[in-house]
Amino acid sequence: MSVTFLVESTAPPRPKPGRSRRARARTSLLAHGEPLVWLNGGALALALAMIVGMLSLIFGQGISTFWPQPLYAIHTLDGEVRLGELTRAEVFQLSADELESLRQRPALHARLVAAGGSTRRTQMRTADGFVWIDDRTVTKVEKPEWGLVVERREGGRCYGVPATLLPADDSTKPSSSEPGAVWRTFTAWRRGTTDIAYRGLVLKTPDDNTLEVPLANVVRAYPANQLNLAGQLGVYASRWWEFLSTAPRDANTEGGVFPAIVGTVVMTFFMSLAVVPLGVLAALYLREYAKPGLLVSLVRIAVNNLAGVPSIVFGVFGLGFFCYAMGASLDQLFFADRLPSQPTFGKGGLLWSALTLALLTLPVVIVATEEALAAVPGSMREGSYACGASKWQTIRRIVLPRALPGVMTGLILALARGAGEVAPLMLVGVTNLAFELPIDGTWPLVHLDRKFMHLGFHIYGLGYQSPNSEATRSLVYTTTFLLIALVGVLNLSAVWLRSRLRKRYALSKF
Amino acid sequence: MTFPMNSTSVLSAEPEPQAPRPADGDTAASPDSAAETRNLPRLGTLRTSGGRLEAIARGETVTTEDHAGVALDETVLEIEHFRLWYGSKQALFDVTLKIPRGKVTSLIGPSGCGKSTLLRSVNRMNDLIDTVRIDGTMRLNGDSIYHKGVDVIELRKRMGMVFQKPNPFPMSIYENVVYPLRIDGVRDRATLDDVMENSLRGAALWDEVRDRLHESALSLSGGQQQRLCIARAIAAEPEVLLLDEPCSALDPIATSKVEDLISELRGSYSVLIVTHNMQQAARVSDYTAFMYLGRVIEYGLTPTVFTNPHCKETEDYVTGRFG
Ligand SMILES: Nc1ncnc2c1ncn2[C@@H]1O[C@H](COP(=O)(O)OP(=O)(O)OP(=O)(O)O)[C@@H](O)[C@H]1O
Ligand SMILES: [Mg+2]
Repeated sequence: MSVTFLVESTAPPRPKPGRSRRARARTSLLAHGEPLVWLNGGALALALAMIVGMLSLIFGQGISTFWPQPLYAIHTLDGEVRLGELTRAEVFQLSADELESLRQRPALHARLVAAGGSTRRTQMRTADGFVWIDDRTVTKVEKPEWGLVVERREGGRCYGVPATLLPADDSTKPSSSEPGAVWRTFTAWRRGTTDIAYRGLVLKTPDDNTLEVPLANVVRAYPANQLNLAGQLGVYASRWWEFLSTAPRDANTEGGVFPAIVGTVVMTFFMSLAVVPLGVLAALYLREYAKPGLLVSLVRIAVNNLAGVPSIVFGVFGLGFFCYAMGASLDQLFFADRLPSQPTFGKGGLLWSALTLALLTLPVVIVATEEALAAVPGSMREGSYACGASKWQTIRRIVLPRALPGVMTGLILALARGAGEVAPLMLVGVTNLAFELPIDGTWPLVHLDRKFMHLGFHIYGLGYQSPNSEATRSLVYTTTFLLIALVGVLNLSAVWLRSRLRKRYALSKF
Repeated sequence: MTFPMNSTSVLSAEPEPQAPRPADGDTAASPDSAAETRNLPRLGTLRTSGGRLEAIARGETVTTEDHAGVALDETVLEIEHFRLWYGSKQALFDVTLKIPRGKVTSLIGPSGCGKSTLLRSVNRMNDLIDTVRIDGTMRLNGDSIYHKGVDVIELRKRMGMVFQKPNPFPMSIYENVVYPLRIDGVRDRATLDDVMENSLRGAALWDEVRDRLHESALSLSGGQQQRLCIARAIAAEPEVLLLDEPCSALDPIATSKVEDLISELRGSYSVLIVTHNMQQAARVSDYTAFMYLGRVIEYGLTPTVFTNPHCKETEDYVTGRFG
C-alpha cells in the first residue's frame, strides 16, 4: 500500500491553471465571508427598522390618544381668548421680510432672531373646532384652574369653566357659582349621592360667554388641570373602555368601535370556517388523489398565482358572483316577498364577505396544507396500509392528524391576510355605520345577510370620509393599533392551538 | 405459546450460532436434512461448485437449490415464478418459494438483492408504487394474491407487517394496537381491551406500558416502538407475519427481546423475516432462503443452509466472504 502511495506522490505536480485559479479565488470579494455577512445583516436590520418604526409610530400614537391633556387659554393679538387642548405643533422658518416686520415688538423680535428665525404654530382643539395659533400672535397663555373638558354625545367636546348647575325644577335655586363647588355638586349628581335633579351644566367660556350643556348630553367631564395621575389614569381607562365597548357617534368622529370589532371577528371567523375545509380538501385532492402530471402542475401554478391577484379583483368577483348571481337567485327562491326593494342576499353582506375573503386566502391554506401532507412520513402511511386501511382511512386517521399543525400554519397565514383586508370588503358588504350587529339576540342569532362594520374599513372612513378629519386623526392611529392587536390576538390563539396540536402529535424523539 | 419440537428449537437456543452443529435429535423432526448433514463430507460433493454468479451475469436463468426438507411442511404461502419490475428494471427473477405454516422463514442476502421487494409483494404493498409491474402467482392459503378480483384491503388484513424503522402512528399506545380493529369499525370496548392486552402481551410490551396506555406512542423508546408495531401487526391475528429487518434500528437488548418474541410467535404464526444479521437468521428461523440479485439461490432448513449449504455462493455469503 505504502509503495503505491509513494509512487503516486512522485507524479508530476498539477498544471499551473489550478494554482492560479486558487490565487484568484483568494482575491475575490465573494470568496470572503465577512462582507456578505454584513450585507445580509444590513438588509435584515433595515427591514427590521422599517417594521419597528411603523409599529412604534402606530403604537405610540394609538396608545397616547386617550391620555387627558391639560387645558390652555390662549390670548392672541386680535384680542381673542381660546380655550382648549393642544394637539400638535409645527415649526417653520420665517423669511427675512417677515422677521423685519416684527421690529415693532422688540421682545418677540429678539426672541425670534435668537431662534434663528424659526417659529412655531400650534394646533388647538376648541369647542368650535381645530384652530392653528401662530406663536407670533400669542400674547398670554394660561392654564385655567377649573377648566372643564366636557365630552358631549352630540357636538364633540366643549370647554369652559363650570358656572352653575341648572336644576330640573325651575323653582329650586341654581347651585353656587364658585367653579369648585359646581364641579363637586356635578360629581355628586353623577354618583347619585344628591337628591336634587339637574338638567344642565352652564359653562363660562373664556370670552365671557356662557354655554349650556344638557346633562343628558354629557358623556364625560373632567377638570383637566386639576387631575392628578390617578385621575388621568381614570379618564384614560374610561375612554379606552368607551372606545372598545360602544358604538361610534357623531358621524364616527367620537365614541367607540365595538361594532367594528365584532364585525371583524365574526367575518374572520366565518372566513376561517369556509377556507379551512375547502383548502384542506383541495390540498388533499392535489396531493393524495390526483395523479401527478401536467394538469396537476398547472392547477398548482394557478393556485399559487391566485395568491398574487390584487384583492380588489376578488371584491369585484364577489360582487358579481356572490351578491348578484348567487344572492339574487337565493332571494328569488326564498325571500321573494321582499323583492325588489329589499334584497336579502342580493346585496353585500357578512356571508358574501366571508366567502370572498375565503377565496382570497384559499391559496395560502392550500399551499401550507400540501406541504404538511407531503411532510407526513411515508412509513406511517405504509404502516396504515399494511394494517389493511383504505386510502381514506389512512388519510383521516393518520395523515390528517399529523398534518393538522401545518394546516394551522395555513390558517394563521390566512388570518393574517384576511383579517386586515379592506378593498374587497368595500364591494361585498362592509358599511360605514351599521345599526345592527351581525350577531345578536334575535332569531336566527347570526345574520349572514347583514352588512357589517370592519376595523380596516373604519380606519379608511375615519381618515378619508370623516366630516372632521382633524378630530379623527388620532382615532385613526388608535383604530389601527386595535386592528393590529386584534390580528395579533387571532394569530396568537391559532399559534397556541397549533403548539397544542404539535405537542399532541409530537414527533418521535427517538 | 407452544414450542413445536423441530430441528431448530435446539439451534435457536444455541448461544454461539456461528458453529451450529446439528444435534442428534434432529433425525426425529426432519430426517432428510439430518441425513444430508450427516452423510455428506465437510465440503460436500453435492455442493455445486459455484458459477452461478457468472451465469446470472450472462443473463441465464438460475434455478433455486431447494432442499428436500422444505417440501415436508404444510405451506401457508406459495410463491411461483414471481417476477417484478420497477419500471424497466427487473428486481425479482422467477422466484419460487413455499413458506411453511407455523414456522419462521428468513430471507437473507446482500443489500439490494430484492428481499424487501419480495416481502412487500406478499401483501401487495408494491401496488402503492406506480411503476411496479409483476408476473407470476402467489397464493395465501390457496387464495390467489394477485388475481384480478382480489380485494387488496381484505388481503392485507390477513397479514401483518413490521417495517425496518418503527412506524408507530401519532396516537396513543392503545389506539396504535387496536388500529386494525378500528379501521374494521370495531367499537366494542371489551373486545378492543381484550385484543389490546393480548397483543401487547404477545409482543412482550405489556408490562412496560400497562400504566401509560393512553400516552402518545411516540413517547416510547425505539425498541418499545418496534415491539408496539409487532403488537399492532399481530392484533388482527394475521395468517402470515412479514418482518422486514425488524431489529436493524434496535440495540442488542431490544433485539434479543424481539428475537425472543419471534421464537414465541413460532407455531401460532407463520413468520417471514428479512434480516442482515446472519446470527439472527440462524437463531430465530427454521428455514432460510438466500437471495442474490433478485433470485433465490438456495432455500432450505436453516442449519443446513448455514453449516452445509449446497451452493458455493451461499457458503461464501454466510461465512462472510462476500456480500
Ligand atoms: N421504489 C423503487 N423504485 C425503483 N427501484 C427500486 C425501488 N425499491 C427498490 N428498488 C430496487 O430494487 C432492488 C431491490 O431492492 P430491495 O429494497 O428489495 O433490496 P433489499 O434486498 O431489501 O436491500 P436491503 O437489504 O438494503 O434492504 C434494488 O436494486 C433497488 O434499487
Ligand atoms: Mg430492504
